[in-house]
This record gives sequence, structure tokens and C-alpha cells, in this order.
Amino acid sequence: MSLRRLLRTHLRPYRNVLFLVVVLQAVQTAATLALPALNSDLIDNGVLTGDNAHIWRVGGVMMGFSAVQIVFAAIAVWFGAKASMAFGRDVRRDLFHQVTDYSAREIGRFGAPSLITRITNDVQQVQSLVVLGATMMVAAPLTMVIGIAMAVREDAGLSLILLVVIPATVLVLGQVVYRMVPAFQKMQLRIDRVNGVLREQITGLRVVRAFVREPEESERFAVANTALTETSLRTGRLMASMFPTVGLMVNVSSLAVLWIGADRIASGNMQLGSLVAYISYLIQILMAVVMVTFMVSMLPRAAVSAERIVEVLDTQSSVTVPEQPVRSLAEHGALEFRNVGFRYQGAQEPVLHDVSFRVEAGQTIAIIGSTGAGKTTLVNLISRLFDATEGTVLVDGVDVRRLDPDLLWGKVGYVPQKAFLFSGTVSSNLRFGRPDATESELWQALEIAQASGFVQAMPEGLESNIAQGGSNVSGGQRQRLSIARALVATPEIYVFDDSFSALDLATDARLRAALEPETRDAAVVIVAQRVSTIAKADQILVLEDGRVVGLGTHRQLLDDCPTYAEIVASQLGEGALA
Amino acid sequence: MTAHHNAPAGNGRSDDDEVISTTGRVARRGSFGPGGGAGMPTEKSKNFGKSLPRLGEILGHETPLLIVVLLLTVTSVVLVVLGPRLLGQATDIVFDGFQAGEIDFDALHRKLFVIAGIYLGSWILGYTQAYLLAGAIQRAMFALRESVQSKINRLPLAYIDRQARGDLLSRVTNDIDNLAQSLQQTTSQIVSSVLTLVGVIAMMFIISPLLAAVALVTVPLSVWLMKIIGGKARPRFISQWRHTGSLNAQAEEVFTGHAIVKSFGRQRDVEARFRDDNDQLFEASFAAQFIASLIQPAMNFMGNVQFVLIAVVGGLRIASGAITVGDMQALIQYARQFSQPLTHLAAMTATFQSGIASLERVLELLDADEESAEQATTPNPGPVRGRVAFEDVHFAYTPDQPLIEGLDVVAEPGQTVAIVGPTGAGKTTLVNLLMRFYDLDRGRITLDGRDIAGFPRRELRSKFGMVLQDTWLFGGTIRENLAYGNPATTDEQIKEAARITYVDRFVHSLPDGYDTLISDDGDNLSAGEKQLITIARALLADPSILILDEATSSVDTRTEVLIQQAMKALCHERTSFVIAHRLSTIRGADVILVMDGGRIVEQGDHEQLIEQDGPYTRLYQAQFAGQAT
Repeated sequence: MSLRRLLRTHLRPYRNVLFLVVVLQAVQTAATLALPALNSDLIDNGVLTGDNAHIWRVGGVMMGFSAVQIVFAAIAVWFGAKASMAFGRDVRRDLFHQVTDYSAREIGRFGAPSLITRITNDVQQVQSLVVLGATMMVAAPLTMVIGIAMAVREDAGLSLILLVVIPATVLVLGQVVYRMVPAFQKMQLRIDRVNGVLREQITGLRVVRAFVREPEESERFAVANTALTETSLRTGRLMASMFPTVGLMVNVSSLAVLWIGADRIASGNMQLGSLVAYISYLIQILMAVVMVTFMVSMLPRAAVSAERIVEVLDTQSSVTVPEQPVRSLAEHGALEFRNVGFRYQGAQEPVLHDVSFRVEAGQTIAIIGSTGAGKTTLVNLISRLFDATEGTVLVDGVDVRRLDPDLLWGKVGYVPQKAFLFSGTVSSNLRFGRPDATESELWQALEIAQASGFVQAMPEGLESNIAQGGSNVSGGQRQRLSIARALVATPEIYVFDDSFSALDLATDARLRAALEPETRDAAVVIVAQRVSTIAKADQILVLEDGRVVGLGTHRQLLDDCPTYAEIVASQLGEGALA
Repeated sequence: MTAHHNAPAGNGRSDDDEVISTTGRVARRGSFGPGGGAGMPTEKSKNFGKSLPRLGEILGHETPLLIVVLLLTVTSVVLVVLGPRLLGQATDIVFDGFQAGEIDFDALHRKLFVIAGIYLGSWILGYTQAYLLAGAIQRAMFALRESVQSKINRLPLAYIDRQARGDLLSRVTNDIDNLAQSLQQTTSQIVSSVLTLVGVIAMMFIISPLLAAVALVTVPLSVWLMKIIGGKARPRFISQWRHTGSLNAQAEEVFTGHAIVKSFGRQRDVEARFRDDNDQLFEASFAAQFIASLIQPAMNFMGNVQFVLIAVVGGLRIASGAITVGDMQALIQYARQFSQPLTHLAAMTATFQSGIASLERVLELLDADEESAEQATTPNPGPVRGRVAFEDVHFAYTPDQPLIEGLDVVAEPGQTVAIVGPTGAGKTTLVNLLMRFYDLDRGRITLDGRDIAGFPRRELRSKFGMVLQDTWLFGGTIRENLAYGNPATTDEQIKEAARITYVDRFVHSLPDGYDTLISDDGDNLSAGEKQLITIARALLADPSILILDEATSSVDTRTEVLIQQAMKALCHERTSFVIAHRLSTIRGADVILVMDGGRIVEQGDHEQLIEQDGPYTRLYQAQFAGQAT
């Protein structure tokens, strides 16, 4: 059971606190339970005998018990709330840690919307159960046990009723729970779906509006929404049956007590005071059953959520950290691919096949090729967003899989195809790769990235706000900030994944000119579409359907790589070939 | 004893004292009911003032059903309240018989059967009530989610662009879920608790006015406690759900930008940031939880105090022969029944507070300002020829940073207008204005001479086909994505458009062809392939006017040349706006506009501009500079 495992692992740090809660709750419950006995005493020895002094004395004791009860309960609630909320916090923290550890493959497997639901909604469900557990885990069983003990002591014969009522209640509740589990499983999946559809719609709002697809999108949402409502309704209705049913059991059993009790009194086997007390105990026992019912009603959803949480916690990143990572390297800024191949899980055709090249510090390699040739996949292997499925990627002469990840990531400066900025400020984004960069270093990087002009023009300069995804700056500005971010990190290997195509040619040219001295000691990998961007590269790798069809300089390739010649021709016209 | 009597009176307010005095007589018990019931909302209204009526609005459609639920609840409460009274009578039969030496079993059994019938009835009512209520609440939540979704369709882009996506999502999933759960738990309970309270009090007065009055001593104190605790819980719940939203936002952002976090080795830092927010959520939810859970023991305590009071006073009364043991037993059961709904009510107020805190977050979104109202002076524009004119257009995203000032551009029907210029010159902004994603500050844009502000937005947008820099595809099959702009598209049309845009070529190599599912973040397609699909999608929408904003930036240039051949024919009969950095893309345009700093600095066709030897020529030469090697 995932739920049990999750509780065991994540409540462990709070077991002392929980033990304290148990003790406090035990005292509290005992005090509460003592009250009917005192009341019975009050009736039998005070009221019936007309002993006023006894009534006063027992009444005083009862008040004392009440006071004890509230003080202990309050303290128990304090620690209980603390432990259960800390549990939720820890689970969220571990989930977040696990997911940030994932490679792109695992993220894709779960899908971001589902991971988001799991980290908030699912944790919330399990946490609610723990909260309830902290208050009832002691009170309910203890009330039941003491209640039963007292009831049996009061009158053993009547207690046969309990032998019928309690199993019957358990059976009925079990039936309902049994049907709730699959419903809740569906429900969490459908929350994922609602989350997913809405996230997509917010992301694609411009397209939705441009194509006037609001009605269809509303329809699509309505489908997900209806599905969610259906299961919510099903679980809601199942839950609706629980409390009245348990209530019925409680009531019917008190009837049985009177029915049988009357016989026993008539035959002289039972005191009248005992009957009154017995009904009190019975109500107490069945109150405990109601408490348990309440917990039980939350159990199915919590169990399903726990399963979803544990699934994430149990999934290890396919990009693993070596046990004895290499931490120091002899070379600096060298990148080599040795017969590298890559195949997506389940795919028939490899995306990359037998790719080999080597680039030294101070050199530039450009990668060009048609759409879908595998260019992005190739560069993703460098910083281990995926691991190569064949061959090896070496950085500074060492297999990247053997390198300390921090060392590797510190060496590689990556500018993705789709510039992505985090919400925050310009400076918080720039410092992403190196938090201790000085302000003048930031400006220097902006200068090189041809971004200092517009950042200066922003009302608050470096401290200007950046909205999520960088949606408040233009596409080209976003791209240049993303380049500056990589520059601030001063890596030894630069990876530009088609990062210049969102820039106009003049900016592109200026940027590359400014970049040159900056990358003198670094290896540079540029994925590009424009020949003008890469013509000066030391090597150009021409990729076609995941295979290398040309590797050499611009001149060499013009002569002996027809694919490259075609690309050049498409951009500069036939005349340029001459 | 006196101390107990005085304590609540000292703490309570004068109207609480009135409650006790006016309820001193059975005949006036009716006046307590509504008073007690209405007392709760008035006390809370200071906090909930705005949200509560809105909750009524949300549940409004379910009114008939809710009335049925209310009636069922009332009836079942009556039965629940009758139960102990009859049970007490049954006990009396036993007691009297015991005293007389012989118990009247027939009478007892008859009574017990009646009680059993009542219990069964209350079970049926209770179940039906909860069943119907679940339906009402879930349907209301369905409607609430729908209205959030349609609200998103009406919000200005400027608003959405500013929001953290994860926080919006949290409002729809976490907050609505929490609201539904809290309503499910509280609605029927609150009603039945209040009714049970009223009924129980009435029954207690019937049995023994004195004991009832004693039992009620604890009520004002309980209400006061509830109010204090509830008031303290509220801000914590608000904070709890706000932090849940911001945590959701962080998770959403980091999971989306996962590749960047990874390759910059910033895992530890984003975790640290997450941990900060997570700790704050912990603090807020701990405080909320503690205060909310405090209510239960506090009410238990009040219940116990009351129990003792009844026992003491009741004991004395039995001793003096004023009431029977059976009555005493019924009273004690009523006392338990009395403190129980009170405890429930208290616990419910906490849960309710949490639900309301969530509701407020949803309302915040629903109340946000929408896109400017439609003026619709041209409600039915009909087919357009495609003459587009920008006339003295002024625009700024932020008031202190004018982006476009006094722009004038005319595109004649069928013309291809290319826009070039440095990044940040305002090229994409022109698209935003043309599509009315944003409203102009000054000037106007006309389509066939009519101000586009007078078109209904949907009519206007349906005239345009757009391919954007950001290649957004939705999670469906390739076929569905292609037909996005025109669901009526036939398979032949799809194939034809796919062939022209070279989508067909790579789709053929996919195992499921056109039925290939595009995954969540579209990882199974390359950026260029996605771009090709968006081009095909725009073509299939068959618009009068095409907008291509860096439509081919991720497509390799060989494919682009081929696409352009095909597109030339398609663009022939429609006005097209092309934004591109690659000059090869735009060389053939009828008009090339060179933009800088929100103005047109140069315009003409390729040859004219080269002749002018201005900024365009420099851009063009930059391209040659690369080729010179």
C-alpha cells in the first residue's frame, strides 16, 4: 500500500511529536470517557439515594476532568497540526526535488499538468487524512476500547449487541469504500485533465482567439469538466450514504439495548442505572464509529493520491548521477561525440545515428540540417537533458555520464531554441547561471548579447519585472536575454540551439562579432538555419535524418557536400555558389 | 453554581442574556429559533459580506433542489429530535414497570417499533438529502469552472500575460475543489445542526424548563468562543490558499522551464526558493489548522460543562421528585445532542471559512476587468476585400514607454506587406493591434475603410489567418490540429495543405500518420515541424488576410524555399503581412516596411529600397557579410 509507505517514510521525523500527541489524546479521551461513569455514579449513589453531598462532590470531580480534557486536547491539537502540516510540507519538498531531478523523459512521461496536480492537490488529500488521523487516531480506538470495556463491565450480557453492530457497520463502510477507490482514481486523473486543458488554453490564448475557436475550446473544456463532475458526483453520492447509514446503526442499537435491557432488568440481572449508563457508553462507542467513518470516507481519495505521489517519488531520473563522479578534469572546453546514437523510448527509428565529431576550446562547430534532422536532440545530449542510447558524449575527455553533474552544468552554457525566462527581474534571470555575478558583469553580458539598449530603456533597468515565460518582452528581446544569461555563466562550452534566428540579421551579425572575443577560450556549438550565421565556423556538421552527411569548413562542404550546397543555394541564390 | 451562571452573563453581550430570559418559557421558544439561526450569519457578515451573496449566486440555479434538500433536512431533524424523547418514554416504561414490579413489555415493544420506524424514516430522508445535495453542489462547481474558463476567453491578453499560469490553474483546481469539499461537508450540516439545536432546545423545555435553562447557560459562551476562533482562522485560511496558489505557480514554471533549470545546474536554487514558499505555506496552514481544530475541544469542553450542570441540577431535581429518571435520561441524551450540533457548527464554521477563502480567490478572477466592450458599429461585416490601413496609430504596453507613435501603413487588397526591422521595433505589436489583442491608445486601424474597433472581435479575427513565432499546438492528433481553424475541413483539403507545407513529408514517417497524438509539450515533433503544422493550419482556415510572424524561423531554408513557391499562389488573392528576419523570406513582397523605434523608417519594394541605400540596404548587406567568407 502506497499510503502506508508514504505515511511511514514521511511521518518518521515526527514520531516523537506524534507519540506525544498519542499520550495527550489518550489522557484527553480518558477524561472524556470517565464522565459517563461519574454520571452513572451520580445517578445511582447521589440522585437515587438523595445524597446531596455526593452529587456536589462527583459534580466537582466531573468539572475537573473537563478542565483536564480541554487543556490536553489543545496541546494535542497544536502538536498534531504541526506534525501533519510538516508532513505535507516534506512531501511537497521531496516531490519537487524528485521532479527537478528528472530528465526531460520523465517529465514527458507524467506531463507537467499531472505533476502540478500531484504536488498540490494530491498532497492536500493525504495531508487532510493525516490531520484527521492526528486528532482521531487515538480518540476513536481508545473511545471504542474503553467504551466497550466499560459497557461490558456494566453489563456483559447486553454487550452481545456490540458483536452484531460493530461488524455490521464495518461491513457496510467497507462496501462503500470498495466502490469509492476506483472512482477517486478516475477523479484525480480527471483533475489532471482539467488542469491540462486549461493550461493549454492559457498558453495558446493568442491562437485560440486568432482562430476564433473560443466556442470549441469551451466545448473541449466542458468535456473534461463534465467528466470530472461525473466522478465527483459519484464519489459525493457514495459518501452521502455513509453518515445516515452509520447513524441508523447507532440508533437501532440503542433500541436493541432497551429491548434486551428491559428483559434483563425484569429478570433482576441488571440495575436501572446501568441501563442509562449503558446507553451512554453505546452512544460513545458509536460516536467513535462515526469518527472512524469520517476517516474512512477520506481514505479512498487519500490512498489514490498517495499512490500518485509515491509513483513520482519512486520514478528515478533516467539521467543518473554516477556513484563516483569525476570532479577534476585535465582538459578544458573540449567536446567530443563518439559514434553517438539516440532513440526515443518506444520509437522504431533512431533520431540520431552514428554521430562523431570533436571540437576544442576556442573552436566553433555549427550544426545545420533540415527540419526534424535531429539538431536539437543532438545538443540536448551535451548537458544530459537526455542520455545517448549509443556511443558516448565526452566533455573534456570524460564521458558526461561519469561527470559530476554540477561540474558538467557549470561547463555548459545553453541557449535553447525557445527562449524561456522565469518570472522575476531581468537581473534574477541573468544571474540564473551564476548568482554571484556583479552588476557590471551583467551589463557586459547584455552588451555582447545586444540587449543593453532595451534593458537601459526599461523603467527600472536591471530590476525591471519579467513576467512568466518572459511574455512582457518581445520574442527577439527574450532571445537576447536568454543569450546574455548563458554569457553571465561564463561556461567553457557554449550551446546555441538555433538561438539567432529570432534576431534580425544586423543584430545577429553584431552579436556574433561581440561574442567572438568572449568565446575565445570556449568551445562553441551553434545550431543554425542561416548560412551567414555559421559560414565562419571552424567545422560545419550537416545533419540529414539523424545522420552526418557532411563535416568540414564552409569551403570544403560547398565542394563535396551536395546537401550543404543546396542549403546555401536556397539562401543566397545560385549566383552565390560561384 | 452561581459562578457558572454569571460567567457567561459577564462575558456575553446583552442580547445573549435576552435569549436566555425570553426562552424561559416554553410558549416563546419559537422566537428563539429564528433569532438563534439568524444570529450566526449576522456575526459573520462583517467578514463574508461580499462573498456570501456571491455564493448564493453560484448555488442559485440549484435553488429548487436546495429547497427540497432543506425540507428533507427539516423533516429528518424533526425525526432525529423525536427519537430520544420516545426513547426516554420507553425508558420510563421500563422504570415504572420496575418500580411496579412488572414491566409492560407489549407497550415497550410497540414503542420501540415506532422508534425503529422513525429511525428508518430519518435514514431515508438523510440519505436522499445528502444524495441530492451532492448533485446540487457538484453541478454548481461545474458551472463555476465553466465560468472561469469562459472568463479566460474574455480577459484581455494584457491580464493573462501578467498572471502566473500555475496560480490561475490552482484557482480552478485546488480552490474549487476545496470549495466543493467544504460546501459538501458544511451545507447540510449547518442546516441540520441549526435545526437540531432549535428542536433539541424545544424538547428540553418541554421536559424541564429549568434544566433547559441550565443547559443553555453555556450557549452564549460557546457562540462567543466560536466567533473569536473563527475570526482568527479566516486570515490564515486566506493565506493558506494564496500560498497554495503561489506554490502551484512555482511548480508550473519550473516544470515548464525544466530544461533551463537543469542545464544551468540551478536545481538546488529553485528548490531553495520552493522551500521558502513551502515553509510559508506550512506556517499558514499550520496556524489555520490549529485554530480550526481548537474549536472542537473547546466546544467539547462546553458540552462537558453543560453535562455536569445538568447532572448536578438534574440529580437534585430527581432527589426532590420533580422529574423522572426517564426524563433525566432523555435530558442527558438531549444535552449530548445539543452540544454535538454546536460542536459541529463550530467545526463547520472553520471548514466554511476555508471554503470561502477559496471562493474569494475564484471570484477575484471572475471579477477581473474584461476586454473593452464591443462597440460593434459594423455588426455584420460580410466578406472583406482586404484593404488594411493603420492611421496615425499610437500604442504603449506601459503608459510611460510609448512603443508606436503616429504609424501610418496601407496594405492594398492582395498585397504582400513585409515588415522588417530590429527586434523590439514593434513588429509583433502590429499583429497584436490588428487582431485587437490589445486596444489602440490613439488613431485607428481600418479594414476596407471601416474602423476595426467597430467589428465584433470574433468577426474581425475570423478574417485573419495567423502564424506566430510561438508554435502552439493543442494536445490532440495532427489532423485535429490542422483542422483547428476550420473544423469542417475535409481529409482531402487537409492532405492538400499538408502537402504544400511539407507537413505530409514528415507525417508519413510517423507510425500513426495524421492520427499521431501531439503530446503535452509537443516533444515528439521538432520546432520546425510544429511550425510547418501551424502554417498548414492557417492555410486551412482560408482567411482573407494572412499574418505570418516569423512563421518559418525554425524551418530550414531549403524547405522554406519550397513552401514559399506554394504559398505565393495562396497569398496571391489575399492580403498578407509577413514579419521575418530572413530577407530571403520577404524579398518578393510588394511592399517592404522597415520599422525602427515604432516608426516606419523606409518603405518600398526590394529594388527600390536597395536603390535608396538606407537601413534596408544595411540589413541586406549584413546577410552578404556572412556569405563573403
